[in-house]
Amino acid sequence: MTRVVITGMGVVAPNGVGLEAFTKAIKLGTSGIAYHENLKAANFSCCIGGIPQVSEEKKLEYLTPLQLRGFNSSGILYGCMAGMDAWKDAGLEIDVESALDYDSGCVFGTGTSGVDKFREAIYKLDAGEVKRMGSTVVLQTMASGISAYLGGILGLGNQVTTNSSACTTGTEAILMGFERIKIGQAKRMLVGSCSDDGPYIWGGFDAMRVMTYKHNDSPQEGSRPMSASASGFVPGSGAGAMVLESLESALKRGATIYAEVLGGHVNSGGQRNGGTLTAPNAEAVQRCIMNAIESSGIEANAIDTINGHLTATSKDSLEIENWTHALGRNGANFPYVNSLKSMVGHCLAAAGSIESVATVLQLKNQFVFPNINCDDVHLEILELISDDKIPKQMLNKTLTIAAKASFGFGDVNACIIFKTYN
Amino acid sequence: MKNEDLIAKLKTIVQPYVQDEDAFKNLSEETTFVGDLKINSANLVDIILDVEDEFDIRIENEEMEQMLSVKAAMAIVNSKITS
Repeated sequence: MTRVVITGMGVVAPNGVGLEAFTKAIKLGTSGIAYHENLKAANFSCCIGGIPQVSEEKKLEYLTPLQLRGFNSSGILYGCMAGMDAWKDAGLEIDVESALDYDSGCVFGTGTSGVDKFREAIYKLDAGEVKRMGSTVVLQTMASGISAYLGGILGLGNQVTTNSSACTTGTEAILMGFERIKIGQAKRMLVGSCSDDGPYIWGGFDAMRVMTYKHNDSPQEGSRPMSASASGFVPGSGAGAMVLESLESALKRGATIYAEVLGGHVNSGGQRNGGTLTAPNAEAVQRCIMNAIESSGIEANAIDTINGHLTATSKDSLEIENWTHALGRNGANFPYVNSLKSMVGHCLAAAGSIESVATVLQLKNQFVFPNINCDDVHLEILELISDDKIPKQMLNKTLTIAAKASFGFGDVNACIIFKTYN
Repeated sequence: MKNEDLIAKLKTIVQPYVQDEDAFKNLSEETTFVGDLKINSANLVDIILDVEDEFDIRIENEEMEQMLSVKAAMAIVNSKITS
């Protein structure tokens, strides 16, 4: 049976661009959330958000001046950066003249691509200037823009596609690449996801009143997963990426192995039994977690730490309850649990991949990153699990198995099981 | 406009899209955009837009289809700015 390992990673997150800066940030519990004047100017209730810091010089390390001409898609930028970093981190070359590699492919997800570019195009079109939109609109606004860019930059000859399943997207992308390698259709898959930043991607959520409006004066305290004072999520953006590879190929190349992907599961609650377009069907969530564990060939008791979806809305308690049922573990017997969203906000389509990178970094470097803004754990959660299972400071721990789950609008679920490799 | 001035302006416009620097250095009236300069054909529409802006003219679809070389571009621009 083909085993699948992670041989490279890249990340562009609000609290750290690049693996090194990101690792440092998540260990320290550094928030990447800031106040944004343009949200205030647009009358947003929530005027805070997480945006990765990328200078113009930094962009040129990844994209050529020609690629950056008329470029206005933050998600594609973040995705290219994370994807190219992961590729290099895996010891693979990036060369426009490189030979086409039919054994390597890409599943790189997103929710919406290039909203700012799309806005630009609509203004031109409505002014009767469709002919003056230029050649760059389609490539930056098509959902598969990100996989198209990466496929060409890296010369990938296997499947090159984009998946989309709301906030489950990133986690799902990893599992899609995993499965493709598992069934022998590819040796290497670059997997990940990205999401645009700014008012045009976040506005719809503000309109739904699901983002917090209580922390415009204290942005870094705004994202409060599992906290009694959680009052809605904080929007984020960025990208996360991994190179998945068959163990055989990784060993042959002498590649560094971060961790092994043991298995996982993707399902949907079908918007039945309490599930809706925006709320999860608890039974399906639990089933997704249980199936992920079963497909990984482990016992629920073997899980050392969980990286939850945990957005800082009223659903956090329900998520913890679902984990307790799915694992058959509670109180002091529950694994450690954390939410990266406390530091970076909810990076939407990019959430699953950025958070998976954080999860794997924990296994590789043997630590559990802290939950910030969680000194007042919600009482409903404390009835289910012990307070010390929700670290508020970084813990140095011997970890073997980590579970990562993401849940999204449309009642869709994904859960992955990662294991240290040695 | 003198031919040398027109060529100089066209050179500035096409430069960002050029994929063959040697061909660009030796650019003449006979140089073709896709064949010689290896410009991605999708970028031809961007060059048209830049030409339109530079000379304050509008280029129609039929004219655009013919604008494949420096010479053809010069002819079209000349016909627009002198008319």
